[in-house]
Amino acid sequence: EDFKFFHPAEAISPASNSHHFLFSAATGAACVFVVRRDQDIYMETLRKLFNESHGIFVGLQRCEEERAARARNAQLVQVSKNYRSVIRACMEDMHQAASKSVLSGQRFSAFFFQVSILSAMELIWNLCEILFVEAAPAGPLLLRLLDWVQLHICDVDNMVREVLSSENPSKHKLFWNVVDIFVLQGRMDEARHLLSKEAIANPTSMKMYKILDDLMKKMPLGNTQTLTEMELKWQHWHEECQRYLQDGTFASNSHMESICKILLGDENAILEKKELMTTWYHFLVTRLLYSHPTVKPMELRFYAQSSMDMFLGEESSPEPLDTILMAAFEFELHQVIKECSVALSNWWFVAHLTDLLDHCKLLQSHNLYFGSNMREFLLLEYASGLFSHHSLWQLGVDYFDHCPEYGRVYLELHIERIPLNTEQKALKVLRICEQRQMHEQVRSICKIMAMKALRNNRLGSALSWSIRAKDAAFATLISDRFLKDYCERGCFSDLDLIDNLGPSMLLSDRLTFLGKYREFHRLYGEKRFSEAARLLLMLMTAHIAPCSFWMTLLTDALPLLEQKEVIFSAEQTYELMRCLEDLTAGKLDRQKFQDDDVETMKVEMLRLALARNLARVIVKEGTLEGS
Amino acid sequence: MEEVCARFVSQKISKARWRPLPGAALQPPDLFATGSWDNEDNRVSVWSVGDAGSAGLNGEYQGEPQLLCDIRHDGDVMDMQFLDQERIVVASSTGSVTVFRHHQNNQTLSANHRWENAHYHADQYTACGGAACTGVICNNPEIVTVGEDGRINLFRADQKEAVRTIDNADSSTLHAVTFLRTTEILTVNSIGQLKIWDFRQQRNEPAQIFSLTGDRVPLHCVDRHPSQQHIVATGGQDGMLSIWDIRQGTMPVSLLNAHEAEMWEVHFHPSNPDHLFTCSEDGSLWHWDTSTDVSEKPSFLHQGGRSTAYISHSTINQSVVSAWLSNDPTKDRMEITNLIPNQTLSVNTLDVLGPCLVYGTDAEAIYVNRQLFA
Repeated sequence: EDFKFFHPAEAISPASNSHHFLFSAATGAACVFVVRRDQDIYMETLRKLFNESHGIFVGLQRCEEERAARARNAQLVQVSKNYRSVIRACMEDMHQAASKSVLSGQRFSAFFFQVSILSAMELIWNLCEILFVEAAPAGPLLLRLLDWVQLHICDVDNMVREVLSSENPSKHKLFWNVVDIFVLQGRMDEARHLLSKEAIANPTSMKMYKILDDLMKKMPLGNTQTLTEMELKWQHWHEECQRYLQDGTFASNSHMESICKILLGDENAILEKKELMTTWYHFLVTRLLYSHPTVKPMELRFYAQSSMDMFLGEESSPEPLDTILMAAFEFELHQVIKECSVALSNWWFVAHLTDLLDHCKLLQSHNLYFGSNMREFLLLEYASGLFSHHSLWQLGVDYFDHCPEYGRVYLELHIERIPLNTEQKALKVLRICEQRQMHEQVRSICKIMAMKALRNNRLGSALSWSIRAKDAAFATLISDRFLKDYCERGCFSDLDLIDNLGPSMLLSDRLTFLGKYREFHRLYGEKRFSEAARLLLMLMTAHIAPCSFWMTLLTDALPLLEQKEVIFSAEQTYELMRCLEDLTAGKLDRQKFQDDDVETMKVEMLRLALARNLARVIVKEGTLEGS
Repeated sequence: MEEVCARFVSQKISKARWRPLPGAALQPPDLFATGSWDNEDNRVSVWSVGDAGSAGLNGEYQGEPQLLCDIRHDGDVMDMQFLDQERIVVASSTGSVTVFRHHQNNQTLSANHRWENAHYHADQYTACGGAACTGVICNNPEIVTVGEDGRINLFRADQKEAVRTIDNADSSTLHAVTFLRTTEILTVNSIGQLKIWDFRQQRNEPAQIFSLTGDRVPLHCVDRHPSQQHIVATGGQDGMLSIWDIRQGTMPVSLLNAHEAEMWEVHFHPSNPDHLFTCSEDGSLWHWDTSTDVSEKPSFLHQGGRSTAYISHSTINQSVVSAWLSNDPTKDRMEITNLIPNQTLSVNTLDVLGPCLVYGTDAEAIYVNRQLFA
C-alpha cells in the first residue's frame, strides 16, 4: 500500500489544525481515511506564541518613535528581546508539557523536533538582533557574539554540573573538557576557578598554573576602552603568551599547553576541540576571540566562510540552518529572510522578523512583482494563515491593519467568510467592520443575521439587526411581517417591541406606519376617540399607510363611525369617503369578476356608515350652540 | 494596582467567575472558574491562585493562576455562575445548560446534570440553527436562564424539568439576567429594554418595562446594587453605562459615556458597592469609584447593611444615595480608571470579590489582581 503522508512536524502554522487525508492506493478498493491531527500540545503552546507576539507586534506599530537615534535603537532592541523571550517561554512550556504527559515514541520525536525548530528560530533571531537591530560595532560585537554562543550551547551546563558535583573534580574524566570549553567561550573566571582545583590537587604544576592563571586574568576583554587602546593591550598580551609558549613553560602538561595555544589563536589547536564546540559558528567566535577581537561587522563574512569550511571539512555539506546563519554573517538580509521562509515553512518567524527589520529601516523598499513590499507580503501571508484558524482570526485583523497597500482588501475578503454561529460572535465581527468603515460588510452581516432571526420568527432581533445596519429595506420587510401577522390573527404579536420603537421608527416608512397604527389601537383602547380618529385619517391621507392596508384601516374606522357621539367631522368624513372611492375605483377594473362577498359587504357597510355619519355631523355642525 | 498576574492559556476566555466565599469568611478568594469560546474543543476550567506570599509548587511565579482541572464543554461558554461551593452552572451556545461539579478531593470536574434543550427555536423544521443560552443566574437551588429564543426558564438544581418556562417572553434576544429579589428577575434585551419579571404572577408578561431614551441600543449586561436594590446598572452596545432607579420612571437616571464598543459585563463590587467595574470589546476595563473620600481605604467588613433598603431616605447616608443616582456625576467626585495599560483585544469578562479581580480576554489570557484596593 502506498500512503501519501503529511509530515506532522513540517508546519508551525496556525492552519495545521485541519484534517488530513491518507489515500491508500491498494489494488482495487480506493479507501479514504480521514485522519484528524490531534490537538497537540505544541499547537496549544504555539497559540501562546501567536498571542503574545501579537501583543508585541501591535505595541511596536503603535509606539511613538523616539527621536534620538540611540533611544530608538534601545527601543527596538527591547522589542527584539521581547520576541525572543516569548520564543523561549514557548520552548519552556513545551518542555514542561512534554514532561508532564507520557508521550509515545513517535509523538515524542515529533515534539522534540518542534522544540528544536523553536530553538533554531531563537538562535537565528538572536544573531539578527546582534548584527542588524543593535548593529553592534567592533568591540562590543565580539562580546555579544560570545553571549550568543554561550546561550545556545547547553551541553556545557550538564558537563559542568557533573564535574563540580564529583568528589574530586580535577580527577574527573571530563575535567579538562570543561576547562577547555570555558576557555573556548571566553569564560575566563570560571576556567580559572576550575584550574585552581587542579593546582591544589597537583602541586607540582603550581608554577605552570600560576602563569596560565595570570595570562587568563590579564586577557583584555571589554568594551570600556577605545578600539585602539584595546588593540594595543591585546597585542601586548598576545606577545606575552607567545613568549611563554616558546619558552616551553607548559611543555610538561599537554592540556595546559593546548590551552595556551588556544589563547594564541592557533586554529589547529582550536579545531582539535571540535567535539566540544559542536558547531562551526562556535568555532568562528572562538577564532575571532583569540585572533581578531576587534573585528568589524563587515569583516565577519570572510571569517565566517573560512570557519565553516575549516570546521565542516570535505565530508559534510551545510544544512539549512548553516546557510541562514552564513547569510546573516554576510549581512545579506534578503537572503536571510528568503532562506528562512523556505526552510521553516512557517510565516510567523519571517513575518515578525521582517517587520522588526523594516522598523530599523534596513529593508530597501524594492517592490516585488505584484507591487507590495517584502514586509507587507509576509505579514499578509501570516495573517491569512491566522484567518484559516477557527479561533486565531481575531489576531489577523491587527496584522492586516498594518499593511497599508493590500491589508484592507484582504481583511474585507476574509472577514466575510468567518462563520457566525452565535450572535455574540457576529457582534464582534461587526464591531471590527464598523471600526474600519467597512460598510458593505456591515450591511451584509446584518442582513444575514436579520434573515436568520426572521426565519426563526424572532422579529425583535431581526429589527435590532436592521437598525444596526440602518437597513430601511429590511425594516420594511419586518414591518410587513408584523402587519401580515396582525391581519391573520387580528392582534399584534410582540407588543413590547412595537410599543417601544422610539426613534428607530423613522428608519422606514412601513415601520413608522406600524408604530403609528399600534398607537391608534392604543388610543382606541384608552377611549381617546377623537385623537384616534385624527391619527387614522392622517395615516391614509399622508400616505404613510401602504395601499394594501387601506381596507383594514377603513374597517377600523367603522366602530368609530358607529359610536353614539359623532367623532369624525364633516371634513374628515369627506376625506374618508374619498379614500374609499380611491380604493374601490382602483379595484373595480381588476377584480370585478372575483368579487369577494365579504369585501362587497364591507364596502357597502362602510358607505352606509359614512353616509349616516355625514348626515349626523352636518346636522351637529349646523346647529347653533346655546338656544 | 501593580500586582496583576497574567497567564496565557491558549483559549479565548468568555467567562471568569470567583468561587463564592463561604458565609462570613474574611480571607480573599483563592479559586476561580473560566469558560472558553470559539474553540473546536471548548473547556470549562478551574484555577487556583496561591497565597500572595508563598512560592508555587515548582517555584513558579507567585500568584500566577494554576490549572487545577478542566472538562470539555459542548459549544461556546456563554455564561457561567457558581451555584454553591462545588457546583457551577454553565450556559452553552448550543442552547443547553449544564451543572458541573468540582470534586475537591481529586481535583476533577464532572457534569452533574444537563438540561439539553433549555433554549431552542420554536419550529424545529424551519429553524435556522440553534438558539444560544445567553445568560444564567443562580440563587441556590433556583437557576434562571435566558436565551436568543427570547425564552426564560426557571430550573431547580435537583429537578429534571423546568419549574416554569415563559415562552416568547421577548421578541428579541435576551442578553442577560440577574435577580432583583428572590422572586423577581431583571432581563435586558437587544432592543434596549430592561424588564422586571415576577415569578409569583401567573401571566407571562413582564411586571414592568424600562427603555432607554433615544435610540434603542441593545443592552448586554445588567447588575443590581448589592444593598440598595432599586439601583440597577446596565451596559449597552455603544459602550454606554446606564444607571436606573427602578422605583421611579421608565428611563435611566444617568447615562455615562464609557467605552467605545460593546460593554460586556458590569459588576457592582459585592461588599463595596461604591465601586463598579465594566469591561468592553474595546479592550479596556474601567473601575468606577464613587466613594466620597477617595483616599480613605474602604473596609470590606462593612456590608452596607441589607436593612438600609427598608429605612426611609432621610436616615440613609446622603452621599451613598446620591453617588450613583446623581444626575451630575461630575458634581460628586467619581474617579474612573482604566485598569489595562496596553489594550489590544476585547476583555470579555470580569469578576470581583473582596480585594481580588479576575478578567479574561480574547487575546487568550487571564489576569488576576489580588490587591485591587491597595
